[in-house]
Amino acid sequence: MTEPLLKVRGLKIGATAYPPGERPVAIKIVHGVDFELEAGKVLGLIGESGAGKSTIGLAAMAYGRGGVEITGGEGWVNGRDILKERLRSIRRLRGAEVTYVSQSAAASFNPAKKIMDQVTEAAIYQNKFSKAEAEDRAVELFRKLGLPDPETIGNRYPHQVSGGQLQRCMTALALCPEPDLVVFDEPTTALDVTTQIDVLAAIKEAIAATGVAALYITHDLAVVAQVSDHIMVLQQGEMVEYGTTDQIINNPQEEYTKALVSVRSIRHEEKTPTDTPVLRVENITARYAGTTFDVLKKINVDIHPGQTLAVVGESGSGKSTLARVITGLLPPTDGQITFDGRVLAPALSSRPIDDLREMQMIYQMADTAMNPRQTVGTIIGRPLEFYFGLKGKAKQKRIQELLDEIELGDGFQDRYPAELSGGQKQRVCIARALAAKPKLIICDEVTSALDPLVADGILKLLLNLQKIEDVAYLFITHDLATVRAIADSIAVMYQGEVVRYGPKSQVLSPPFDDYTDLLLSSVPEMKIGWLEETIEHRRMESAGN
Amino acid sequence: MLMHPVLKLIAQRLALGLLLLFAASVLIFVGTSILPGDVAQSILGQSATPEALANMRRELGLNDPAVTRYFAWLGGVLQGDLGTALTNGRDIADSLGGRLKNTLFLAFWAAAISVPLAISLGLLAVRYKDRWPDKLISAVTLTTISIPEFMIGYILIYWVAIKWRLFPSVAIINDSMSLGEKLNAIAIPVMVLTLVVLAHMMRMTRAAILNVMQSAYIETAELKGLGMLKIIRKHAFPNAIAPIVNVVMLNLAYLVVGVVVVEVVFAYPGMGQYLVDHVSKRDVPVVQASGLIFAAVYIGLNLVADIVSILANPRLRHPK
Amino acid sequence: MKNIPISAMIGLFFTGLYFLMAIFAPLLAPYGMAEIVGDVWEPSSSQFLLGTDSIGRDLLSRMIYGGRTTIFIATAATVLSFTLGSVLGFFAAVSGGWVDQAISRFVDLIMSIPSLIFALVVLSVMPTTVPILILLMGLLDSTRVFRLARAVAVDITVMDYVEAARLRGEKIGWIIFRETLPNALSPLVAEMGLRFIFAVLFVSTLSFLGLGVQPPQADWGGIVKENKEGINYGIQAALYPAYAIATLCISINLVADWILTRTTSLKGGRG
Repeated sequence: MTEPLLKVRGLKIGATAYPPGERPVAIKIVHGVDFELEAGKVLGLIGESGAGKSTIGLAAMAYGRGGVEITGGEGWVNGRDILKERLRSIRRLRGAEVTYVSQSAAASFNPAKKIMDQVTEAAIYQNKFSKAEAEDRAVELFRKLGLPDPETIGNRYPHQVSGGQLQRCMTALALCPEPDLVVFDEPTTALDVTTQIDVLAAIKEAIAATGVAALYITHDLAVVAQVSDHIMVLQQGEMVEYGTTDQIINNPQEEYTKALVSVRSIRHEEKTPTDTPVLRVENITARYAGTTFDVLKKINVDIHPGQTLAVVGESGSGKSTLARVITGLLPPTDGQITFDGRVLAPALSSRPIDDLREMQMIYQMADTAMNPRQTVGTIIGRPLEFYFGLKGKAKQKRIQELLDEIELGDGFQDRYPAELSGGQKQRVCIARALAAKPKLIICDEVTSALDPLVADGILKLLLNLQKIEDVAYLFITHDLATVRAIADSIAVMYQGEVVRYGPKSQVLSPPFDDYTDLLLSSVPEMKIGWLEETIEHRRMESAGN
Repeated sequence: MLMHPVLKLIAQRLALGLLLLFAASVLIFVGTSILPGDVAQSILGQSATPEALANMRRELGLNDPAVTRYFAWLGGVLQGDLGTALTNGRDIADSLGGRLKNTLFLAFWAAAISVPLAISLGLLAVRYKDRWPDKLISAVTLTTISIPEFMIGYILIYWVAIKWRLFPSVAIINDSMSLGEKLNAIAIPVMVLTLVVLAHMMRMTRAAILNVMQSAYIETAELKGLGMLKIIRKHAFPNAIAPIVNVVMLNLAYLVVGVVVVEVVFAYPGMGQYLVDHVSKRDVPVVQASGLIFAAVYIGLNLVADIVSILANPRLRHPK
Repeated sequence: MKNIPISAMIGLFFTGLYFLMAIFAPLLAPYGMAEIVGDVWEPSSSQFLLGTDSIGRDLLSRMIYGGRTTIFIATAATVLSFTLGSVLGFFAAVSGGWVDQAISRFVDLIMSIPSLIFALVVLSVMPTTVPILILLMGLLDSTRVFRLARAVAVDITVMDYVEAARLRGEKIGWIIFRETLPNALSPLVAEMGLRFIFAVLFVSTLSFLGLGVQPPQADWGGIVKENKEGINYGIQAALYPAYAIATLCISINLVADWILTRTTSLKGGRG
């Protein structure tokens, strides 16, 4: 039997944290992980934030980011233990035998140098190819990766190409020196979903064409199912499960893996629209001060009492601007908004207090949505005091009720936001919104910053609260899985316009308009072979036209 | 033809700099003319008779409206006529010429020593970040920041000139001296100025380089297997030039102010001493003229810093 | 308030010591401020701990009274610059629009002329009295406080929690005092330390140039000016103020540093 390309045994990784004014503390990130990878195969590393997956990926290059240190174990690459080697020989490995693709190509490319120089740099420096050979190879890779103008794109500077193109350039950078192993660290996470599918397909084809082995790191199981042969599931620095992609996706053994596979399988029965919507948006057009471009163009949508309207779109579609217009932060240039039967004043400052109370907002980043100097009790208590004049015992009692409602329970009143986990923070924000007894809550990407399982918990909570409190949601998101889970009606936005709008069942079934079709078909499914099917399907369609 | 965006930006900055200089001249003029202080009274003293004061005011043109006087003054300045000194009736431009040259001579040597030294120390501090060389350097700079320039001057005079007798304690130079003699004369003032700007410049250089070295593209370079020197030369340096030039310019501007005090300490025949001397004599035309020149140098250096950062920005140099 | 690092303890100790000496100067000084008690530049002895100055006054007494003057002027100027700068900075940040533009551009203009040069220009026509010095230094320095306060406030007002408060319908008073100020306080207090140091250095420089505190009143910069000739005879009298200023400034720096790190650790929390 041949020796595997990469063999990791008992890998332990730690770091030192320096809390200001205190003694340095040693933290363990990875507690002994074993795995191997054969030449030409792809291993997916999957886990939530803090699982140590990026750290393990970089350890395959004997690299520790920031204060991270490899504290124990073996890492065999091509038959030698790189964790025991000196920096000088590790440098001959990096950029030659093992290369790296990062999540943010925009930050990982040097802004002051041309793309071609950066793509070929490692290959030339490591004496793999001459300058001319490396450049030919780069152009060939640009072509394989589907970049426009493969002959000349290398003469551009990083800021002169789009994010999706730069991510492909980064893949070319990693493949140019003809390495044995490439570490892909969340290469598509920062991209919009319609861009992600193209980059993913390009990466997969390039891997197949060059026969390189890869470690593919991501938090999205559906993505990793498309590209890898084996999958390793990590949780808090430990391996939970390891198996073939087929086994992990179709027959997971561990509870944690099962939860990851079945995430977003919330069932929600669509409610029928009522006669009197709680919020009616009519012909809203808006632009930001000092610009000449309408970010919203004649928007018309309704939200019905106790129901959820999901506004879905990619970055720059205007979905968050719609929320700003509805809340009065950005008065529209045209159109009107009717809330609970009354026409709303365009600007926040001229709305009566009850209009403000009945419409609440929850933000994407719970971290910045709460004042770090206020306790949970103060944060939830303020609306009670402000809108209802509650004081003392009565206020305490109501705060505790709200905390029970968001499933946090006792002992949270005196904590500061910094002492809560991400999911707990978002729950407190929900409680603050509920405290006002609103008729409508605007949820702006409230689950995007959370890990999938935590996000699931928040969605379930929101649905539950909707039943109890009969509150309507305007749910802004880029994630179609979330939309499926909780929406009653859907508005699809593209470049400032609503391109498709109606009840969920109608919006999500054919016939589709072009954009909705593209958007829906680009969302990775937890199914092996989905990527090929979709790409093939698109090819057939464009050939048919 | 369309102008390259960089040229356009630079033209804008230059125009802005000129506008700022103009506004500064107004401010200096206002500061000396409209404030409740009275120049005539200042010159003649409290015991002056009302007639003498009225005569003096007429002589100085103080009875004209302020706007008229301002534009008369500005018109003169633009033609190189800075007026005449009240105290000795000499032409200000003549007296300033030689002194400006001396000041620039002193500032030049201070910069020639402090800039390379500060950048090297900054690099050293980055190289040994959080280790003892870094900590030592920051402790020393903390100390020098906390002592006024003139006190550093006297401490150095006490030890270097009086106790060890290495260099003279007064820095008097004239045109008949050779370069070596001049340098010997200004040795201690240069040391003082170096110490004064070194701390700031070093701290800022350290911060600027650290900022670049923590970028993701430096990690990319490390993961290509490049050696440290090559990474610094090919990846860090092109991006660090702009912030470092910025640091240097800001500190040279700072140095120009430090010069004022140091010249007084060492009785050096430069602009600073000239200015301070005439402030105590309440010789307003001289103060206005030298104040304007200091402001111009200061604004000019800040402008250079601005322009360098524009030129070094690849996004602006290579637009989409 | 536990866990104060050693450096901050030292800083607090010396800062407190200097301020106490300033407050109780008349009780502590062995002789009068302007009292001629001995020969010119007598060496230190049990009678005159630091010796005497250029006209035979007790140097220790002059140092104590001088510290009182210097610290008083610097404190007053800092209070002025701080109040004015932070009020205007917050006002500009919360108002935004042309109000912000007008104040900010004016501050840019003032800052385009170095403070010392500006002060010299103004002092050429104004009498050098203590109130004028305080006013001048306070106004010039308020530009720096303004910039910081505005930047900090702008950073905070774009936070979602401030937006949440505005959406709730809170008045500007709540937004400034309950949402913004508690988060801006630490950087501002740290800055106050730095501004105080700057004021000490500035007033000393002016006095040294003969344009600050006027004799016979004592202040640290003035003591250097009076005794600088002594240096040529190897007499250290002019150097004592240097040591005093340096220890005071370093101490305040240490305290300011500590306040800043304490803030960051609070913000960081567990996340």
